[in-house]
Amino acid sequence: MAKKNDWVQVHIDVLKPEERATNIPEDTRHVPLEMWVKGHLQNDEAEIGDTVTIRTKTGRKVEGTLCVVNPAFHHDFGSYIPELDKIEETVKSILFGGRENA
Amino acid sequence: MLDNSYSAVMARKNEIMKRAVGMDYDLFESGSIAFDYEAMMAATGYTLEDVRRIQTEEFQIGNTPLYELKNLTALARVCAPAGMGARIFVKDEASNLSGSFKVRRAATSIHQAKKMGYKGVISATSGNYGAAVAACAAKAGLKCIVVQECFDSKGVGQPEIIEKARKCEALGAEVVQLTVGPELFYMFLRMLEETGYFNASLYTPFGIAGVETLGYEIAQQCRLMLGRDPDVVVCTNAGGGNLTGTARGLLKAGSKAEVVAASVNLSGLHMASDHQFNLKSFTTGHTGFGMPFSTWPDRSDVPRSAARPLRYMDRYVTVNQGEVFYTTEMLAALEGMEKGPAGNTSLAAAFALSQTMPKDKIIVVQETEYTGAGKHVNAQLSFARSNGIDIHFGNPEDEVPGKSIILPSHPSMIHARPADMTHLRTSLIHNAIKMTGKTPTEADIDFLAAETKTDREFVKEHLA
Repeated sequence: MAKKNDWVQVHIDVLKPEERATNIPEDTRHVPLEMWVKGHLQNDEAEIGDTVTIRTKTGRKVEGTLCVVNPAFHHDFGSYIPELDKIEETVKSILFGGRENA
Repeated sequence: MLDNSYSAVMARKNEIMKRAVGMDYDLFESGSIAFDYEAMMAATGYTLEDVRRIQTEEFQIGNTPLYELKNLTALARVCAPAGMGARIFVKDEASNLSGSFKVRRAATSIHQAKKMGYKGVISATSGNYGAAVAACAAKAGLKCIVVQECFDSKGVGQPEIIEKARKCEALGAEVVQLTVGPELFYMFLRMLEETGYFNASLYTPFGIAGVETLGYEIAQQCRLMLGRDPDVVVCTNAGGGNLTGTARGLLKAGSKAEVVAASVNLSGLHMASDHQFNLKSFTTGHTGFGMPFSTWPDRSDVPRSAARPLRYMDRYVTVNQGEVFYTTEMLAALEGMEKGPAGNTSLAAAFALSQTMPKDKIIVVQETEYTGAGKHVNAQLSFARSNGIDIHFGNPEDEVPGKSIILPSHPSMIHARPADMTHLRTSLIHNAIKMTGKTPTEADIDFLAAETKTDREFVKEHLA
């Protein structure tokens, strides 16, 4: 449950597949153009999936489907990539005769 | 009520644009193929000195350090024939406000928007330019919206673009995120119309004038540090503004350095494909933008692009994804510099080009970009691997974009592959005729010669 003025994200299907531009690849033409916008909830309360109105940072009113309450970023540096360690070893070996000499 | 259907909004494109850029592009048109490029560039009303003042005094950007990469040069010399291996320098643009050279482009635009009384700015970009616009808007006290192409239809975002969204939000911007498709432009127009904000396009004369200081500084710094001009300046090329602005700045400084464009090879991947969107490991600096924008610049969000790279480009080379990731790791391992991979496209090319030049020559890589979660060699390789891309050591020549990323088994296997300049120039001439539907006049022939850095004979020979 989200309350008025909570920071939320809404989702909008902007263009249905049949409304999309004609000069786009086949796979893209079969899916809608979707949009996500964040802002403060204007409704008194709402559940995920409800149609709501938000007020964005620039003051725009946008209507969409409530999809996240308190949206956050979770991107990271990914999993360990052993090849990067190998590259370091290789170039230090060429230039300095090995990591121990670098 | 306004008709906001796709066709209705696109039909209002010209009037929306005219209001949003505060510049009447019709003034520069000849009615045929040619338009007056230099008059358009001069219409900013700003000299290079004015731009420098705006950048340094108002936004406190520019004057970034030029570093000599002595260990990378030493490694290039190990790989090169005897006597070869030019000294490699890099302009550390990541040290700018917002973390990239793009802030030079944003500063002049935001200055202009403020001066003309706009309440806010909008930019359509998935790249570093968003953070640049957000940072300058924050300083100028303007509202800011950044529109990004970010997700595929499964809602999976490119980590590099998600990081840029985070940075834009951190700098106070409203970020609007879309799934894959060129109709981003349609939403962009709708928002310009709804808000009445300034279109802080990457491709206005204001934006490109902002990059001229970068080229100018390179020439000045080389003279101060080395007592001479650079021999080669390598620019990562996508939409063409980086190269155009840098080259114009070099010329304004009186430098005759050879200007080389470098892009990551993503041939075979369609930029508007929903499925292929997350199979690429670079979201900018690649051939998917670089080639089409070089051979037909007027495909941007303004009527005439101020970024016209073939006017200034001496050579165009491509490098592969694995080579750029390898170079990014080399930069950290040998120079202690951790930077974003896309900005190292020109560095990968320079590492190879250095080996074709004598030791006493100077090659300058004109940018670095910031790195962080998502926008990092480890994050981007990890994302690629999770999408089924085969990452292994081998011969970079065997890399297939969208299927494999091949890290060179040895740094000597990093190559800068020359693109066919005659083909690119001919493509521009053919596109100009096709897109305008006009029969070239004498003035058009002069214009096309300037557009392609050739002469009337070349244009006439390739008109057919």
